[in-house]
Amino acid sequence: MPVEPRSTPDMSPKTLLYVSGVSVSFDGFKALNSLSLIIEPGEMRAIIGPNGAGKTTMMDVITGKTRPDEGEVLFDDAIDLTELHETEIANLGIGRKFQKPTVFESLSVFDNLRLALKSDRRIFATLFARLTSEQRDRIHQTLEAIHLSARQEELAGALSHGQKQWLEIGMLLMQNPQLMLLDEPVAGMTDAETEQTVTLLKRIAGERSVIVVEHDMAFVRNLDCRVTVLDEGQTIAEGSMDAVQSDPRVIEVYLGR
Amino acid sequence: MGPLSSRLFALESHRNWQISFSIGAILILLVPFLNLAVPSDSWLHISDFWVNTLGKFLCFAMLALALDLIWGYAGILSLGHGAFFGLGGYAMGMYLMRQIGDRSVYGNPELPDFMVFLNWTELPWFWQGFDMFWFALLMAMLVPGALAFVLGWLAFRSRITGVYFSIISQAMVFAMMLAFFRNEMGFGGNNGLTDFKDLLGFDLSEPEVRVALYVISAIMLGLVYLICRFVTTSKLGNILVAVRDAETRVRFLGYSVARAKLFVFTLSAILAGIAGALYVPQVGIINPGEFSPAKSIEIAIWVAVGGRGTLYGAIAGAFAVNGAKSLLTGIAPEIWLFFLGALFILVTVFMPRGLVGLVRQWRERRRTIPSPETSHAR
Repeated sequence: MPVEPRSTPDMSPKTLLYVSGVSVSFDGFKALNSLSLIIEPGEMRAIIGPNGAGKTTMMDVITGKTRPDEGEVLFDDAIDLTELHETEIANLGIGRKFQKPTVFESLSVFDNLRLALKSDRRIFATLFARLTSEQRDRIHQTLEAIHLSARQEELAGALSHGQKQWLEIGMLLMQNPQLMLLDEPVAGMTDAETEQTVTLLKRIAGERSVIVVEHDMAFVRNLDCRVTVLDEGQTIAEGSMDAVQSDPRVIEVYLGR
Repeated sequence: MGPLSSRLFALESHRNWQISFSIGAILILLVPFLNLAVPSDSWLHISDFWVNTLGKFLCFAMLALALDLIWGYAGILSLGHGAFFGLGGYAMGMYLMRQIGDRSVYGNPELPDFMVFLNWTELPWFWQGFDMFWFALLMAMLVPGALAFVLGWLAFRSRITGVYFSIISQAMVFAMMLAFFRNEMGFGGNNGLTDFKDLLGFDLSEPEVRVALYVISAIMLGLVYLICRFVTTSKLGNILVAVRDAETRVRFLGYSVARAKLFVFTLSAILAGIAGALYVPQVGIINPGEFSPAKSIEIAIWVAVGGRGTLYGAIAGAFAVNGAKSLLTGIAPEIWLFFLGALFILVTVFMPRGLVGLVRQWRERRRTIPSPETSHAR
């Protein structure tokens, strides 16, 4: 895994992502209801909650796809994400993996990663772009990490569902983001693939912050990180998996209805 | 310049360069030789008519390449590409009209016949400068490029995609046809521009001049192919394919989808304009018929028949469909449109990857041991 040294470790902010009092409603339905969330640099955080709890809407707000009706979303203590466009937010260093893996099926695995590589995004720069050997090395390192070295020449459309998820995580890594948002990264994976994904994500966190939204409880437990439980657009519990699972409100939400 | 030229050579494999050069040599050397040097009673002789027809096909192939660049790669189906082709053609036509001078029917050294007929006394401002060849050539590229830039800027910025964009482009070409039909527009109305005499002093009725135009078209087709190939094999080419597959995802990677589309759409229009400018001196006329929606749809059929997203498929499609058209309209002109419609349906249903896909399938089947399962999976 390529490790980019944090520029000035002493000056690094205490919070990477600061979400406070965010509300979003669609036609009167409150998808997020004064939601607050704080993510520290290098932290891995799992977010769980029943369907319609607002997990995807929360990701939409952070990545600029949805504008909140009220509330604050700050990145790196200073940058107001509610003012920025999707592209600008992506370039800031916030990467997102969607629920459905969307890799570019008609491009090779290698070219998928090449497109994701942090580089000059302007049109004429891309027309004349050539890979430096350093960039090539980075792509190969990532290929190694996501277990797809042997299949780099193949079209991404030929990969299995689980492999596509890895490729997408790899594409996020190529952008070298400070914050990664992963929406159901192990959906449709075999048990062995899920296990490999746990190892992969644990290696990734630490160098950068990772937010994982997932339904698979066994997987979340294996991640061994702080867990936030959402329900009806609000945080109802936060803490270790064990603490959260013994919380009466959480039990009510998951079993009560 | 070093890295650029090395990339140019890397555009094709060694074998493909050999194939391209062989086809190019046949088109550029053999056809003119068989036309000019072989006596006309020999069975090897290629008639002036066929040289001229092939010259037109070369221009159509350029136009098909321009459409394949945006449709086959970026997924933008323009059903109005005739507009850019036609504008390039009009720019060249205006130069050729100005070259007629006082040899016209009314003999006015300054004004083309249709203006004299309309009782105009001076040349409209937009006809200024077209007595200079370089200016006309520049306009043949700039005007289509500018129109595409404006249309694309409005459409792609508002994220108009798919069938909605196709309808808008079709509406644009239709509006242009109606506008150019009007005499007051100053482009000869219904009749368009015709009765051309010479180009840079060369008499357009001379067989040698026609052969020269044909050879220039063949060379330009090669150049346009290389330009398209340069774009599609670049990282930008990957971005375009990615836009076709999953536009939103490209946006999340931090690329501007609108700018990528705008660039390739404008480039495509410029290439179409060049094709139009080469077409007009070979057919000797340009009129609003080039802007008819049916003609623009026909371009999409060439590309679909040849096979989208391969470039050489577009060239093959343009030659195949227009070849069939030349033959069929000679034998039974009334069935041509039915044939074209049927062809489009058959290609869409049975060979979605066009002629190119058919050849590939056939080669794969020959290479692998025939087993029903593998051949069905493809």
